[in-house]
Amino acid sequence: MSATPLVDFDHLKVRFKGDRTVHAINGLTLSLGQGEMLGLLGESGSGKSVTLKTLLRLLPPKRTEIEGSIRVNGTDIMSLSGRKLSAFRGSQVSMIFQEPALALDPVYTIGDQIAETVMRHKGISKTAAMDVALDMLTRVRIPSPERRLKAYPHEMSGGMRQRAMIALALSCRPKLLLADEPTTALDATVQIQILLLLRELQKEFGMGVIFVTHDIGVAVEVSDRIAVMYAGNLVETGTTRDVIKNPRHPYTRGLLAANLHGAVKGARLDAIPGSPPALETPPTACSFAPRCAHVRPACLAGLPPVADLGNGHTAACVLAAEHASQELKSA
Amino acid sequence: MSKTETDTTPAADRGGPHQPLIIASGLKKHFPVRSGLLNRQTATVHAVDGVSFEVKKGETLGIVGESGCGKSTTARLLIGLIELDDGSIIFDGDKLGSDISLKELRRGVQMVFQDSYASLNPRLTILDSVAFGPKLHGLKDPAGIARNLLGRVGLDPDRFAHRYPHELSGGQRQRVNIARALAMSPRLVILDEAVSALDKSVEAQVLNLLNDLREELGLTYVFISHDLNVVRYISDRVLVMYLGEVVEVGPVESIYETQAHPYTASLFAAMPSMDPDNRTEEPPLAGDPPNPINPPSGCRFHTRCRFAEGVCASRKPKLATIGGDADHLAACHMHDAASGHSLALKEAAE
Repeated sequence: MSATPLVDFDHLKVRFKGDRTVHAINGLTLSLGQGEMLGLLGESGSGKSVTLKTLLRLLPPKRTEIEGSIRVNGTDIMSLSGRKLSAFRGSQVSMIFQEPALALDPVYTIGDQIAETVMRHKGISKTAAMDVALDMLTRVRIPSPERRLKAYPHEMSGGMRQRAMIALALSCRPKLLLADEPTTALDATVQIQILLLLRELQKEFGMGVIFVTHDIGVAVEVSDRIAVMYAGNLVETGTTRDVIKNPRHPYTRGLLAANLHGAVKGARLDAIPGSPPALETPPTACSFAPRCAHVRPACLAGLPPVADLGNGHTAACVLAAEHASQELKSA
Repeated sequence: MSKTETDTTPAADRGGPHQPLIIASGLKKHFPVRSGLLNRQTATVHAVDGVSFEVKKGETLGIVGESGCGKSTTARLLIGLIELDDGSIIFDGDKLGSDISLKELRRGVQMVFQDSYASLNPRLTILDSVAFGPKLHGLKDPAGIARNLLGRVGLDPDRFAHRYPHELSGGQRQRVNIARALAMSPRLVILDEAVSALDKSVEAQVLNLLNDLREELGLTYVFISHDLNVVRYISDRVLVMYLGEVVEVGPVESIYETQAHPYTASLFAAMPSMDPDNRTEEPPLAGDPPNPINPPSGCRFHTRCRFAEGVCASRKPKLATIGGDADHLAACHMHDAASGHSLALKEAAE
């Protein structure tokens, strides 16, 4: 890649200390191109939300140990503090959450909240900022936006609140949007509206998006690329097409089967047995090995190699690496 | 062992194989909304408004719909957790209230909820939780029944029986809830979003378990979910609800093939496509579902329906058979030639 990547995680490790230690992220290396939409897919405890929070420096510094580096547009964000950090948040990178009712301030109107952000980052007058707010509400297709500027969050429906939060997050035209399960709490018919809106705005503004979700169907609907996480690390990345049509890691295959898309009614599901590891110790072997149907001694001997399958498709799996080298030989 | 077995044998089939296990007719539940200084009733939530359906013996009925459509209220009415405003429930030929009491109904009908943690008592070991019902109903050897069931749902009783809910994972806790629901040897189990909170890989395990138990114990399920993939996989028939009413009901394959009601069609079109080359381009519906406090007149879907005409706002459509399939019903004026809807007239003319 010739241009500077928008985001570059390099061997990121995040550890939470306290009554018990949790190794939440274990050596994550991942980059996001300018204007790219990446679906970060994983189950609860896989580290996908921690990745986003680390990127915005939202984790409590006293209880968190971070190793490795994160660069956004070439800037090491671990070096930021004070004013530089607050300028970074909101103007360069911004975030939307699963529960807009909790993320929005209940005692200010939507217009005031958006205007405050714009004034803070762009240093313009309140009147000008309100114009920006009105423009944003129109862009996220909130009906009668003039009236909604003066509305409080509780006066809006769930889907409308999510639109308002997107308007707030995008009001300063960030280069990068972090979306943490923004449609999980919404009804199916509203979810698809928000997904299509995000896809459209992403193109319009040319921003990069990291879209965290546990729903493989949602990830396919919005992303250019998909990264699958398990136990605090990547197991597979690639273009959406490659990952969905040609999954190489056994965990990705299991997830696809568990989605039940096209499952035969009543036939036994090919479920992944067991549950994810507790992460109290850093992994020394493949974290998925205890649940994997294809486990072999090499899987338990050390961390799995990251197999390069071409076209940016990678899988951290002993088997995938073997296949890849065999294909290379036969070619 | 033989004694516990007799205690866990389901009650005898009374009505015969053709008697539906449950006949719900005209179920209605309105909740008052109170506000202001004097706490006066200011509005009414029309949670469930004249819902009728049957659950046949041994089948799985899936109920789908969005939040506020009344699917959970329907489930709670079926098991008597909230009182009916109107309508009746007939369980295997016995009318609730006159032929059988609520306590008798609850021996035959049990429920599993979405939140596996909130539905277990944190101060009871899982063995005590599962044995609680049998103990209360005076069955012999409740602990034996509980250990037996824990084994059946895949939790080794020697390892798990004395643990507390917080010591288990979400999937394990939901297995405990299923074991508890089975402790009274019910004939019908209502699963209200029972797998929705679980991670996908664990969800598949629990669905396998539910299928096994249904076969082994001859259970009947009412399976409530918002996930159409899961409903398709597990159900024999599907009931679609919108704002407290049934809009469509029919065999699962028939509905997944042709959706007769425009709302059902939109719900299916809103499913992620799972195909990166063939993504959804247009949202099937605009806006959010309306508030069930003041549901729209006539057909409640007419405010969001792109085929809506005058008749839709003024007259409520009846649930009627569509096409040739006698089991597939929908409530839409477009399928009623006498309604005056232009599309219905066209269809009739052809």
